[in-house]
Amino acid sequence: MTMQLTQPAPVAAPPRRLTADDIAGRTTSHNSLRQTISQTMSMAWRATKKMRRNPEQFFDVTIQPLLFTAMFAYLLGGGLSGSVEAYLPLVIPGILAQTALTACMATGVQLREDMEKGVFDRFKSLPMARIAPLAGPMIADLLRYAIASTLTFFTGIMMGYRPGGGAAGVVMAIVLTMIAGWSLAWVFTWVGTLARSAQSVQGISMMIMFPLTFMSNALVPVETLPGWLAAFVKVNPVSYIVTATRDLANDGQITGHVGWALVACAAVIAIFAPLSVNSYKRHL
Amino acid sequence: MKHIPAVHAEGLVKSFGDFRAVDGVDLHVDQGEIFGVLGPNGAGKTTMLKMLATLLPIDGGRGEIFGVDVRRDPHRTRQLLGVTGQYASVDENLTANENLWLFGRLQGVSSRTSRATAAQLLEQFGLQEAANKPISQFSGGMRRRLDLAASLITRPPLIFLDEPTTGLDPRTRGQMWDTIRDLVAGGCTVLLTTQYLDEADQLADRIAVIDRGRKVAEGTPDELKASVGNSTLRLRLTDAADQQVAAEVVRRLLGEDPVLSPESGRMNVALDAADRAADVLISLRQAGIGITSVSVDAPTLDEVFLALTGHDTGDGADQSADKQLEVAR
Repeated sequence: MTMQLTQPAPVAAPPRRLTADDIAGRTTSHNSLRQTISQTMSMAWRATKKMRRNPEQFFDVTIQPLLFTAMFAYLLGGGLSGSVEAYLPLVIPGILAQTALTACMATGVQLREDMEKGVFDRFKSLPMARIAPLAGPMIADLLRYAIASTLTFFTGIMMGYRPGGGAAGVVMAIVLTMIAGWSLAWVFTWVGTLARSAQSVQGISMMIMFPLTFMSNALVPVETLPGWLAAFVKVNPVSYIVTATRDLANDGQITGHVGWALVACAAVIAIFAPLSVNSYKRHL
Repeated sequence: MKHIPAVHAEGLVKSFGDFRAVDGVDLHVDQGEIFGVLGPNGAGKTTMLKMLATLLPIDGGRGEIFGVDVRRDPHRTRQLLGVTGQYASVDENLTANENLWLFGRLQGVSSRTSRATAAQLLEQFGLQEAANKPISQFSGGMRRRLDLAASLITRPPLIFLDEPTTGLDPRTRGQMWDTIRDLVAGGCTVLLTTQYLDEADQLADRIAVIDRGRKVAEGTPDELKASVGNSTLRLRLTDAADQQVAAEVVRRLLGEDPVLSPESGRMNVALDAADRAADVLISLRQAGIGITSVSVDAPTLDEVFLALTGHDTGDGADQSADKQLEVAR
């Protein structure tokens, strides 16, 4: 009698089937705050990688501060303040806000471009907080605001501007500009989630940015304006930010204007962050 | 304990304006199976998948993923499935490694585990050499594999694959098929869409045929093919005038009408077995009908469609010709 040589085939355990309890156990009903922050930071990490690999994203925040500071100071200084040197303390904080606003306009355009890419389909299909893909790149953009405001001060100082607030005042002004940039970026993020293409985001953002920057006290003293214009300039959040920046950079003082500027920033976030998240969700 | 279906959908509807992209589709996928959704471009396959993956709002009907209502609980639904789209949805600005790490982090996997899983997946998909290269240098097949790997980083129990091999060369296609089989062997459930009958045939345990937003048939690949015959004999007659006589010969032999295209003298005969082709050829020879070319092929999607819907995969025939051919499960 011969031995049976064939071994019985190893019995593979059939893959376990999931029950309703398993499903309830491996899922959660919503993202916790900690998860949301971690996801936002991961998206910020992605944005910094992207910036490093596309250095042309830094053109606007490097060239514009040099160009605008020199251009506006030499163009308007003599006429408005009698001399370029006298105009600098007025205009540098103004240009600071202006470049921050241009820099955060790019946030909306970038977001729109990004949303058209295939990878955003995956982001949407992940159980990720809906604010993370919006807030993440904005956090990375803080770097851009820092570069823009530092270069604006640098250009100003090269042209003879001596900030009365000293180093501390300048640093505080830069920090305030970054906060303001981050807050105002929500407006453009909202536009980014609404518009149909990156070009239209650019167009709409321009229409928002120009009145906001030029119809403010960034380049001219409010007293020289006609009443109706002065009324708008006084409620424009950019004016609050510019005044606060002047107080910090020129006097080194944390005045009530700084407080109001922060309130204006908070108001912008409170309005536009929920609008943006809602509009992004509806895009699904 | 009774287990729940991986996908259960009833009367799914999606409209874009007046156009009903998905028009009342029922779907039932059991755990551990590969379910194929077969249909031509624009049939509504992708739309259906997107609705079930929470990427598009559901206009009518309802869908459940492992018993979780897709519309009511999208967050839970997203934790149960991985989606691999028709176009590679990975980040062009990141390397393969960075992509996988990011998708892991975004889903709450720790940085260390994320890195380890990424390395493991890149090896499993034969991408470890390209791990740190920019995606722009990847071939189509590599992208597709990376895309699938990205869906697997949290090991979800259900994977949606939207036309996983469209545009791939035959060799890469075969690799993709093996990968999909491995997934299921590992306990995953797969819902895939495809335009290719042979792909559905190779992979799927069950197939639903979708046409113009409606399900026109469902069954195992064998059941489906049996409804069209297992193979097709394609003939070209020397003299197109012989066509009626030839058709009569075939009818007498097989009891079925061949499909004729009068202007070119072509004739297609559905066969339930390929060796019946010889019988047809012999009968034609005996009837004195000359043949210039002959081939025997597996039925194409076009033919399955023609048989199931009464029109071809393009538009043209009228909608009323739709035959509701429900093959019993």
